[in-house]
Amino acid sequence: MRTVSFGLVLTALALVLAATATGRPDAQSLTGSCAKANLSLKTPGRLSLATDNPAFPPWWGGGQTRKPWKTSNPYSGKGYESAVAYAVAKQLGFTRREVTWAPVPFTQSYRPGPKSFDFYMAQVSYSKERDQAVDFSSSYYYVKQALVTREGNALARARSIAAVRPFKLGAQLGTTSYQYIVRYIKPSTRPLAFDTNDLAVQALQNGQIDGIVVDLPTTYYVTDVQVEDAVIVGQFRNQGAREQLGMVFERDSKLRRCVNRAINQLWVNGTMKALQKRWLSRVGIQRVLR
Amino acid sequence: MLIAVASTLAFFGTLGFLVTRAPGWERFKEYFLDWDRYRESFPEIADAFLLNVKIFLVAEAIVLFAALGLAVLRSLPGPVFFPIRALAIVYADFFRGVPAILIILMLGVGMPSLGVDWVPIDPVFWATVALVLVYTAYVSEVYRAGIESVHPSQDAAARSLGLTRFQSLRFVVLPQAVRRVIPPLLNDFIGLQKDTALVGVLGVVEALRLTQINEAASFNGTYYLVAATLFVAITIPLARFTDWLVARDRRRRLATGSPL
Repeated sequence: MRTVSFGLVLTALALVLAATATGRPDAQSLTGSCAKANLSLKTPGRLSLATDNPAFPPWWGGGQTRKPWKTSNPYSGKGYESAVAYAVAKQLGFTRREVTWAPVPFTQSYRPGPKSFDFYMAQVSYSKERDQAVDFSSSYYYVKQALVTREGNALARARSIAAVRPFKLGAQLGTTSYQYIVRYIKPSTRPLAFDTNDLAVQALQNGQIDGIVVDLPTTYYVTDVQVEDAVIVGQFRNQGAREQLGMVFERDSKLRRCVNRAINQLWVNGTMKALQKRWLSRVGIQRVLR
Repeated sequence: MLIAVASTLAFFGTLGFLVTRAPGWERFKEYFLDWDRYRESFPEIADAFLLNVKIFLVAEAIVLFAALGLAVLRSLPGPVFFPIRALAIVYADFFRGVPAILIILMLGVGMPSLGVDWVPIDPVFWATVALVLVYTAYVSEVYRAGIESVHPSQDAAARSLGLTRFQSLRFVVLPQAVRRVIPPLLNDFIGLQKDTALVGVLGVVEALRLTQINEAASFNGTYYLVAATLFVAITIPLARFTDWLVARDRRRRLATGSPL
């Protein structure tokens, strides 16, 4: 709620700014207190970003082309999150060379305490509890959770949440996917919690769990690349507010306000939708499990 | 006595004062020492802890005997038994050298991936197997030390009475050897109890993993204290029991007036 009204105020502000600016719809850098020289950064003149290693498609791309990054290369600008990051950096007035990436494990990103990065992106969903420890940007994607299993597993025939309950599920520790299982699916056996999504996928492959819950875009990576005979059982509805992905800032970060302005400009001028169309076009609607 | 009391008060008082004056103390207290959460989460984590208990009881039962077997194999004399001794040495070196968590991952993720029908896929099973393999290596070295610490005259005397090597081992050497190594055996048992926390890496929700799940969900670290309490709670009675066992054994030895 707070984020929605905050977002509305910012959208209005952004519209006013855009109207009073040069008049071109995709106006370049922000001005005033969010001008590049006035931003509060970890290293002045540089935008220090971070994500998890390995970073997976379709959120990241570019292949394994830069050490120590495995699977994808955040510097490539390919993949939805990398593209959004560079689009935001451009709005803030940074060139591509002024953006650096550091690997930080997902579970460390939303812990309380000072951070080594200006902001972090790795499909981190906003939640009230996390918001008390860190600060989130406004949404750059509205995400749905989905269920993956292997062909031939009885779980593949499930058509509702009740049908999913008797099975052994797993998800990555600390994710909203895991929370979704515990809070809304409520399976009869306690779901397994893995340190990384890879371990969860391995367990699925080994038959140690029947299904894993991940965000819908990632299910495409799982079924296309990671596990040959994996199938998407379906997607889940949002319970309550839409689940949104936000960039993670340390508490009371002054940079957040400016990044939010940049994000809102990207929504307003259609860049966000264009990037989604480019990188997440395969994400259609799967059968909805209720 | 009065000086001891005064000194203790002064020492802990100063320590407490310094800690609570630290700049992050309030935050620390909020994060790790939330008593309401401690009470609320205790039953749930204790329930998950039962899985740890199950694992270490099963593992320890197997380790005590397997390690003895390994130690005996390693002490077989003569060139004809060289391959067996060599294998025992390689086993002990490998499983003490590789970190336990690595063995747990290799077996827990690797073995089920073979896809062979009769190979179990249960992660708890493979984690227990991994812990057994690792601790057999450590405990066999403890037994070996115990066997070697028994004076060779004991074995010589037994053999000269006509006992075979095996009988000498069984009736003369091992009873003494095992009694001597009870404290180090307990040490390894405690180590095993703690290492059951590593099982969580396979996704299994035991005490530590549940702690991590709760912490990630609510950003409070008091759950760590709950898990720590549970682990310490099983260690202390065991340590006191061992002390009693050793004391009883000593009493018996001294009472008979013999060096045995």
